[in-house]
Amino acid sequence: MSFSLIDFLQALAAGVLVGSTYALMCVGLGIIFGAMRVINFAQGDFLMLGMYAAFYLATGAGLSAFLGPSAGPIVAAFLAGPIVFAFGWLLHRFIVSRVTGAGAAQIEGAGAYGQILVTLGISLVLQNGGLIVFGSTPTGIRTPLSRTSWEIGEVLLNQGRCVSFVVAVALALAVYLFLGHTRQGKGLRAAADNSQAALYMGIDVDKAHRIAWSLGVGITAVAGGLLAGSQSFQPYTGFDFVIVMYAGVVLGGLGSILGAFWGGLVIGIVQQMSTLVLPYQLQNTAIFVVFLLIIFLRPQGMFGRLSERT
Amino acid sequence: MTIAAKVSSPVKRQLWAILGFTAAVLALSAVLKSDYFELVLTQVLLWAMLSVAWNILCGYSGYFSFGHAVFWGLGAYTVALGMVQFNLSPWLTIPAGAVVGGLAGVLIGFPTFRLRGHYFALAMLAYPLATLYVFQWLGYQEIPLPMKRTAPILYMQFANPRAYVALALGLLVMSLVISLRIENSRFGMSLFAIKQNEPAAEAAGIDTWRWKMLALMLSGALASMAGGLYAVVLLVVTPDAVFGMLVSAQALILALFGGVGTLWGPVIGAVVLVPLAEGLNAELGNVLPGIQGVVYGVAIIAIILCAPEGVYWRIRDHWAKRQSEPAAPPIPSAAIGALPRNERAAVGGDLLVLRDVSIAFGGLQALDGVDLAVPEGGLYGIIGPNGAGKTTLFNVINGFLAPQRGTISFAGEPLVGLRPNRVCRRGIGRTFQVVRAFPRMTVLENVVVGAFVGAPDDAAARRMAATALDRVGLSARADVVAGRLTTRELRLMELARALAPQPRLMLLDETLAGLGHDDLDGILAAIRQMHADGVTVLIIEHTMQAMVQLVDHFDVIDHGRLIASGAPDMVVRNREVIEAYLGKKWAQQVNEAAK
Repeated sequence: MSFSLIDFLQALAAGVLVGSTYALMCVGLGIIFGAMRVINFAQGDFLMLGMYAAFYLATGAGLSAFLGPSAGPIVAAFLAGPIVFAFGWLLHRFIVSRVTGAGAAQIEGAGAYGQILVTLGISLVLQNGGLIVFGSTPTGIRTPLSRTSWEIGEVLLNQGRCVSFVVAVALALAVYLFLGHTRQGKGLRAAADNSQAALYMGIDVDKAHRIAWSLGVGITAVAGGLLAGSQSFQPYTGFDFVIVMYAGVVLGGLGSILGAFWGGLVIGIVQQMSTLVLPYQLQNTAIFVVFLLIIFLRPQGMFGRLSERT
Repeated sequence: MTIAAKVSSPVKRQLWAILGFTAAVLALSAVLKSDYFELVLTQVLLWAMLSVAWNILCGYSGYFSFGHAVFWGLGAYTVALGMVQFNLSPWLTIPAGAVVGGLAGVLIGFPTFRLRGHYFALAMLAYPLATLYVFQWLGYQEIPLPMKRTAPILYMQFANPRAYVALALGLLVMSLVISLRIENSRFGMSLFAIKQNEPAAEAAGIDTWRWKMLALMLSGALASMAGGLYAVVLLVVTPDAVFGMLVSAQALILALFGGVGTLWGPVIGAVVLVPLAEGLNAELGNVLPGIQGVVYGVAIIAIILCAPEGVYWRIRDHWAKRQSEPAAPPIPSAAIGALPRNERAAVGGDLLVLRDVSIAFGGLQALDGVDLAVPEGGLYGIIGPNGAGKTTLFNVINGFLAPQRGTISFAGEPLVGLRPNRVCRRGIGRTFQVVRAFPRMTVLENVVVGAFVGAPDDAAARRMAATALDRVGLSARADVVAGRLTTRELRLMELARALAPQPRLMLLDETLAGLGHDDLDGILAAIRQMHADGVTVLIIEHTMQAMVQLVDHFDVIDHGRLIASGAPDMVVRNREVIEAYLGKKWAQQVNEAAK
């Protein structure tokens, strides 16, 4: 367990940079959980869809050729958002809405788990359908940014990750402002707080849920698009991030968007710092441990509230 | 006894069904022509066993696990590593895997059962995935089982694939019989009660922790054995194949497809889905890799959208509609003896004593130095406006909450620190402000759950339950499912459930709330009867009217403090009490009128 100060700073910097992308995907998941109280198992697979969408936009659709190999993938990552947003909209319209919101009360047997199970089914279909459509060969977006770094002192900052950091923080901020200051955003928050009351106040809860769901998966897809520039991926990649996302969201406090952002950031830092003391293969195990510790010690997270009645 | 007879006949029928199933599988195995089909049949049986194991915890107790792969994988690795590194036979390591699985259940259960609902499900998800990375890191990426040509039978390496079918069938039948035993015992009833309303089960004296833990251990042990045999059959173990998400998903999808919480649900799911997925994989696996996962994904979405209760219940409900329901014979009340009067002095010393009990939630002081004494044989009322701290007081007494300061003693012994089921065992029964029934059980079963505490065996519990139902006048409705009762009947049932183990003290939380005039009389009669039988009663209300007729002593709580105490007619004239209920203005008017 000996490492130098430089190693420490290097891991910290990498953690903050990676963590910002994690923070963005956690915001996506946080919106869905916050508004709908649904645990979305398939969130990682929407991340994967975002990766492939960005990949095909950058290469197949020629964005990299058109805008250059540095700017192209960034724009592609952005555009992955609306594409997955639209896909999410359809999924909610035809499948998810039937087990959440007003429809959920009638479900027996699976009980409150109906919603999780449907998202589990969606996850299985997306992963394995992805295998059929995209193939199992790992792929990635080649961008010169991910292979060059800035040096600050002796600490190296990967340029691709730095750009992702800026984009992720900007987008997370935009979402935060949207939720706090627009009519739709406020409706969404009202529906999240008390869907019954919101319904009586004339808010179309079903529509609010649909916006939340689509927005949530869209934002996570952008995070996926950003990651696609710096790591290789295949159809099962999304699953690796499910625990990252849940750890982040739970750490921040289930239901809190701001909390989700900070939670994701912390998880990124934990993951990178763990490489200082643990072998590389166990960095995800470190996340599990943190995840379990949070659940046991402070299930309400950093920003959440705990309320229970007898 | 009609009740006893009713229990054993379905068990017998199920045992016949298991026998029939065994014969059918053996016949099928004898008929099948290719080794491949035998392999698929073996897999059907093993996945069914995993799902049966999953069902024992998750189906019966309602605690959903997304991580049963952890047990399956540990079983598989126990067999594989045992053979590779220590030359141990699977005949030894499969049972050893059961021990490993059971121990893993304990290790997982201890921290994880502190969680409920979604948190529990999510935490369970983390275990197999964390284990997966650990096994990769340990370098167990791919463990092929070595061929033992010198002693194939000793190492479970049979030339005839039918032997594996027979082994898998044996394990599955064992799991089904265990499941059946659980369903028809105190164990199963307790798990059902936990599933439907855990706080109520705990307050009714069920040691919820113990039963959940037992269920998880058993579930883990069975799942591990299935995983162990799976390793023997497939001859190679990789972390992804045995700890992966698809394993956990399959365990729950098969059970959900067939019917959660039923004996046959997991088997139905396995019989339908496993061959389907396997077949498609064999036919189309080259062109469409991952088709297996798609099948399971589509199956689970379809089942949740179309028949969320599972195929088993669908078919049963369909049948039940065709056959008209036979009228249940009423329980002859003549056969039921009177409740034995508790042997103790009538009004004696103080049974329940609270000293300086305080508890705060954040900044809210819910109870502030409450002193209270209830004598043995008393019928005491606690009143106070909404939010005064009445229910909190009960929660502190029966162990749902621990007071931050103060002491509580019952019959001279301290209560603080005991879990609710222990408090119940000491002789304190309780009902809830919002009735906490077990809605899918019959009225009698609801009460039986309450009677377990005071009963030496299950038959005695049934007798005590029947007696309690008779005492509250609900015998005629004994076989009705609790979900169909009226509010009045629900209140009476809850009363009977708390009364069944013959408590010394009964805590009644707003038992009269939300009832009409006619209904009120029935409940009041039941309470008076209970009191006359020697039970000390402490009742919470916020409406005074009915209480004034009922109780012989009032304690008034407001803002967490005891503000008045005494005979009913004294208390209702107390200035502070009027102020608490009606505000300062009224209190002044009353004062002026008095002058």
